[in-house]
Amino acid sequence: MSVPAFILFLIILLVTLYITYWAAKRTKTANEFYTAGGGLTGWQNGLAIAGDYLSAASFLGIAGAIALNGFDGFYYSIGYLTAYLFVLFIVAEPLRNLGKYTLADMINSRFSERKVRATAALSSITIVIFYMIAQLVGAGALIKLLLGIEYWIAVLIVGVMMTIYVLFGGMTATSWVQIIKAVLLMAGTVIISFLVLLKFNFNIVGMFNEMSQATPHGENYLHSGIVFKNPLDLLSMMLALVLGTAGLPHILMRFFTVKDAQTARASVVNATWVVGIFYVMTIFLGFGAAKFVGSETIIAENPAGNMAAPLLAKALGGDFLMSFVSAVAFATILAVVAGLVLSGASAFAHDIYGQIIKKGKATERQQVLAARWASVGVAAFSILLALGAQSLNVAFLVSLAFCVAASANLPVIVYTIYWKKFNTAGAVTAMLAGLITAIVLVSISPNVIHPEAGKAFFVGDPIFPLTNPALISVPAGFIGGLIGTLVSAKRDEKKYAEVTFKANTGYKEAEM
Amino acid sequence: METFGKEKEQGERILDYEKIVATSKFQQLIQKKRNFIVPIIIVFLITYFLLPILTGYTSILEHKAIGWITWTWLYSLGLFVMVWVFATMYVKKAETFDQLAEEIIEENIK
Repeated sequence: MSVPAFILFLIILLVTLYITYWAAKRTKTANEFYTAGGGLTGWQNGLAIAGDYLSAASFLGIAGAIALNGFDGFYYSIGYLTAYLFVLFIVAEPLRNLGKYTLADMINSRFSERKVRATAALSSITIVIFYMIAQLVGAGALIKLLLGIEYWIAVLIVGVMMTIYVLFGGMTATSWVQIIKAVLLMAGTVIISFLVLLKFNFNIVGMFNEMSQATPHGENYLHSGIVFKNPLDLLSMMLALVLGTAGLPHILMRFFTVKDAQTARASVVNATWVVGIFYVMTIFLGFGAAKFVGSETIIAENPAGNMAAPLLAKALGGDFLMSFVSAVAFATILAVVAGLVLSGASAFAHDIYGQIIKKGKATERQQVLAARWASVGVAAFSILLALGAQSLNVAFLVSLAFCVAASANLPVIVYTIYWKKFNTAGAVTAMLAGLITAIVLVSISPNVIHPEAGKAFFVGDPIFPLTNPALISVPAGFIGGLIGTLVSAKRDEKKYAEVTFKANTGYKEAEM
Repeated sequence: METFGKEKEQGERILDYEKIVATSKFQQLIQKKRNFIVPIIIVFLITYFLLPILTGYTSILEHKAIGWITWTWLYSLGLFVMVWVFATMYVKKAETFDQLAEEIIEENIK
C-alpha cells in the first residue's frame, strides 16, 4: 500500500471515530439511538440519505458497469434515481407521520396485532441481511485489492468499525459518517469527471463520437442490449429498482431522523439532486474508464469492473488521486454498512424485543440496552456470514434485497395508507406472499442454477428464467394482500379514518 | 403543528376521527392531493417503463440524434430532468396541502 493511501485511510478512521465519540455523548435515549433525536435538518438528512444510498455498488459498480457494458450499465443509474419520485409521492410523508422508529411502526399504527409486526420485522431483517452480506463481501474483496491485505482482515476492519459507530454513536454517528461520505464521494466524482471532460476538451458530442469507436463493443457500446438480451429481464430489473427503494428499511429509517413530514419531504428532494447529479457523472466515470484505462485492464483487476473508478483515477491523477478515490470508496462502505446495522438492530430490538416480547413496556434503559445488544448481534452475524461467503458470487444479493423490498414491503405500505378495506390478514399475506415468492423464484433462477459452470452455485438449466423475479413477485405481493383482505371479513373503518387523518396532517396525540 | 402537541388536555380526549375525515375540508385536502399525485405517478411510470420497452423490443431509440448521442441517451437524460421537475413541482404544491392540513387541525382540535 502506498503512503498517501495509508494516511488517507487512517484520517477517515480517526475522523469517524472522533464523530462517534462526540455522538456517543448525545446518545442516551432510545429515540436518540434510533433517530438522532429527530433533530436533523432537511439538508443534513438529504445528504445522509444520499450517503446511505450511494453504496459501493453505486459508486464502483455502476462506474464499472458503464465502462464495460456501455448504456446497459446506465440503466441502474436511471432506476435508482427515478425511484425517488415514488419515495417522495407515496412513502416519505405518511411514514414520517405514522411511524416512530421502523416500518413496522407505521403498519402497526393501523393493525396493532403482533403477527403483523413480526412479519414486518422478518421482511426487514431479511432485506438487511441480504444487503449486508453483499456489501461486506464486496468490501472485503475491494479493500483487499486497494490495500493488499487479506480478505478476512479487511472484513474484520469494516465489521469492527461499523459496530463501533452504531454501538456507541447510534443514529447520530451513523448519520454524520454518511454525510461526510456523501460530501467526499461527490467531491471525488466531480474531480474525476472534470479531468475526464478536460481530456475530451469539454466536448460532450465529441466524447460520444469517440466512445462509439473506443471499446471492443464498437457502436453497440452506446446502445442498449449488451447485457440485457432478454427484454423481460430488463423490465423486471427496472421494476425492482423503481419500487424497491421505497421499501428498503435503511432508507425508510432515515425519515424518522427529521422533525416533521415537511422536513422529510425537503430531505428527499435534496437527496434527489445530490443522487441525480452523481448518477449523471457516472457516465463520465464509465466512459473515462473505458477510454483511458481500457476494458482489458479493468477486467484483469476485477471481472465485475469494480476497480474501474480507482484505475481511472490513477490514469488521470496518478497515485494520489487513486489513493483519494480508494479512501472515498472505503468511507462509502463504512457508511452504508453502519446504516444497515442500525436498521437491522431496530427490527430486532424495537419491533421484536420492545414491542412483541415486552409489549411496548420496556423501560428507556432496557430499550437502549436492547438496541446496543441487537447492533452487536446483527454485526457479528453478518461478519460471520461474510467471512464464509468469500468465494461466492454475491452480487445478486443486492438485487434480491431490492426485489424483496419491492415485493414484500411496498405493497403493504401502499395498501396501509390508501386502501380502506385492507385488514390484518391482508397485511400478513401481502408481506409473506411477496417475501416467499421473491426468495423461491431467486433460488431457482439463473443466479443459483446456471448452465455454465462457475457462474452460480449449481450447474444446470434454471427453472425460472429471469435473473430478477420482480415482474412476478411484486404482483404476488399485491395479489396476496388483496386475497388475504377479501377472505377475512374484518374491517375497521374507524382506525382507517384515524390513520388517514394522521398520515395527511401530521397530527399526533400528546403522548407521542 | 408543534403548538398542538403542547396542549394539555389532549391525552385525555378521544377524537372522533371518522367525523373529522368526513368534513368537506378534509375531503377537499384528500381530493387535492389525489388530483395532483395520481396523474404525475401515472405519467412518470409510463415514461419510465417506456424506456426498457422501447429499447428492449424496438430499435427506434438507437438512431443518432446529435453526433453519436443517440435518442436512448437523450430519453434517459429526459427522465433525470423529469425527476427534478416533478420533485420541485411537488414541493411547491405540497405547501398548499400543509396550509390546508393546518387549518383542519385548528378547526377540529382546539
